[in-house]
Amino acid sequence: MTRTTNYITFEFLSRSANEGFARGAVACFAAQLDPTLEELGDIKTAVSEAVTNAIVHAYPDTLGKIVVKAKILEGNILEVTVRDWGKGIADVEQARKPLYTTGGEERSGMGFTIMESFMDKLTVRSAEGKGTRVTMRRRILPRPASK
Amino acid sequence: MEMNYRAENRQLTISLAGELDHHAARGLMESIDRCIEQNLPVKTILDMGGLTFMDSSGIAVVLRARRRMEALAGSLVVVNIPRQAARVLETAGLGRYVNLI
Ligand SMILES: Nc1ncnc2c1ncn2[C@@H]1O[C@H](COP(=O)(O)OP(=O)(O)O)[C@@H](O)[C@H]1O
Ligand SMILES: [Mg+2]
Repeated sequence: MTRTTNYITFEFLSRSANEGFARGAVACFAAQLDPTLEELGDIKTAVSEAVTNAIVHAYPDTLGKIVVKAKILEGNILEVTVRDWGKGIADVEQARKPLYTTGGEERSGMGFTIMESFMDKLTVRSAEGKGTRVTMRRRILPRPASK
Repeated sequence: MEMNYRAENRQLTISLAGELDHHAARGLMESIDRCIEQNLPVKTILDMGGLTFMDSSGIAVVLRARRRMEALAGSLVVVNIPRQAARVLETAGLGRYVNLI
């Protein structure tokens, strides 16, 4: 097991107004790993995708609870978990395919593809009617430059 | 999220500023639709220069604007794309569908 050296956890209601807060909070926390602007942009984007999915797909007609946990693991690794207790995904493999969406014209079906390509690792656990847990990892490359 | 536009000789320039996420996208799509309907441009330029963030919600915005322009037999060009937004559009393979400059 990789040792956790720091973490934060926060909970919020599935209102779309919270999307900016959620990705911003994780980005602020990740700043202690001294990421480049590009790495920070990748993290923000991936978190935005996961959080938006919980808001849009997990709780389509209700408001529900979303919990985000960000951890720093030994070896300069950021791990982010986004959890909801909503609808769940019947077929995760299918949902992860590029362009697959149940969201219609307003969605692009590219959320999971972006999480996958912007982060090093993506794990999705889901059970229909119970909820979904998305876990992403990204190693921040140590920078030799200034101290 | 902020949107401004300028119409001249049936060319419409729409400038976006701020963060384009799902929260902002719905209102933005409606504003762009309205703007195109009112001005009936032959060419629309979507200027992303002021965006500080964009996720995949922006892909849907671009594709919808492109469909609206196609319905008018016109074209859509996306310009001044910041690096982070460009990475999102590239991952979606969008260069094939709209002209990205
Ligand atoms: N947290 C979630 N709860 C329920 N369904 C989800 C969740 N996240 C993703 N999905 C399902 O996976 C599909 C693909 O997600 P994604 O790749 O982000 O594309 P999009 O959000 O544009 O539809 C969604 O359309 C939805 O059916
Ligand atoms: Mg999505």
